[in-house]
Amino acid sequence: MYNFDFERPKSVADAVKALQTEEAQPLGGGQTLIPTLKQRLAMPSKLVSLAGIDEIKGVCKDDQNRLCIGGGTVHRVIAEKAMSEGFPGLTGLASKIGDPAVRNRGTIGGSLANNDPSACYPAAAMATGATIVTDRREIAADDYFKGLFETALEEGEIITEVKMPIPEASAYMKFEQPASRFPLVGVFVARFSDRVGVGVTGASESGVFRWTEAERALGSDFSADAVKGLSVPADGMISDLHGTAEYRAHLVGVMTRRAVAAAQ
Amino acid sequence: MASVTMNVNGKPVTGEIEGRTLLVEFLRNGLSLTGTHVGCDTSQCGACLVHVDGEAVKACTMFAAEAEGAEVTTIEGVSNPDGSLNTIQQAFQDYHGLQCGFCTPGMVMSAAALLKDNPSPSEQEIREYLQGNICRCTGYHNIVKAIMAASGQDVSRIAAE
Repeated sequence: MYNFDFERPKSVADAVKALQTEEAQPLGGGQTLIPTLKQRLAMPSKLVSLAGIDEIKGVCKDDQNRLCIGGGTVHRVIAEKAMSEGFPGLTGLASKIGDPAVRNRGTIGGSLANNDPSACYPAAAMATGATIVTDRREIAADDYFKGLFETALEEGEIITEVKMPIPEASAYMKFEQPASRFPLVGVFVARFSDRVGVGVTGASESGVFRWTEAERALGSDFSADAVKGLSVPADGMISDLHGTAEYRAHLVGVMTRRAVAAAQ
Repeated sequence: MASVTMNVNGKPVTGEIEGRTLLVEFLRNGLSLTGTHVGCDTSQCGACLVHVDGEAVKACTMFAAEAEGAEVTTIEGVSNPDGSLNTIQQAFQDYHGLQCGFCTPGMVMSAAALLKDNPSPSEQEIREYLQGNICRCTGYHNIVKAIMAASGQDVSRIAAE
């Protein structure tokens, strides 16, 4: 890997300042970025580690029944806290990312900032209508994800918090690619009193998306049968050696039905 | 070059590192603690697993600079004070939980992290916890058995094949 300077600020303000250097890049848990650097796919002049910033760690519930997750919170802590705050669907998602050692380092902010087309959290963020809070503004999930590895974040902008409305019922189902264990397709289903959200990751060439047709069907009848006749077009789905576009489109339906059944 | 200070196996250590120096490189090359192995260098195999502030971490996927001020425990730091094998290590020996031994340091560290949180795991829980530890001798069966035994559970019901 190419060499770089390393900084470990203690506050968001100091991190933002450190990121003003040209080609500086924030480092969350590094579970994606470090392998990327090893492959020389990135060449930052400086890495600004966010791991020493206590103010962006932790999980709490606000007065609008939203789970407020610090951007620097690791998957293991999210899995624990989501359960005790009444959001087991998110626990199901966070507790199955990577392996235990990865979950001890990887953060939700890092995952959302990277926006890997097969990352798990974006599906939950879209389904619940989450708000991404940064050091300078708040961004609705619908406006945040811009495609493969593309987000609304500006240079040097840091995710400080993610606010996820807590659904009445929810579940995440993923079909794992057996070697990488990233989802070939992952679907998060969230039922609220007035709506249903369906977030799909891993499938589309334009990144995570909401399956609005399924949301409408599930809104009037929250059952696996309600989405049985629905399908997403294979057009625009990812096609690679792990699965064709048609296969992924098929899996979207299967994973959605399984998630609905699991959320009952 | 920058300086980093951390506690490794209870002893304070300071060393010179680059920004890109991985924790595993610092442990092996800087401190000559070669018990922590590098199997894949792509965060998949878990041979480099150590504990940082009590949590299991892949030392090939963390920079040494990130461990500034941390308590790091490696396989060299887990034996009993008199140098004899600890319960988990002894169970690996008793139940033949290793063949070539390359993955073993990571397996033992992973097992210790599991048993700290879950002192009496089921066979299924052990297998799931070891998702990030790969044994290319494919000796998982006896590894699982050893961890069951180390947790004081009956292993007679785990088939021998």
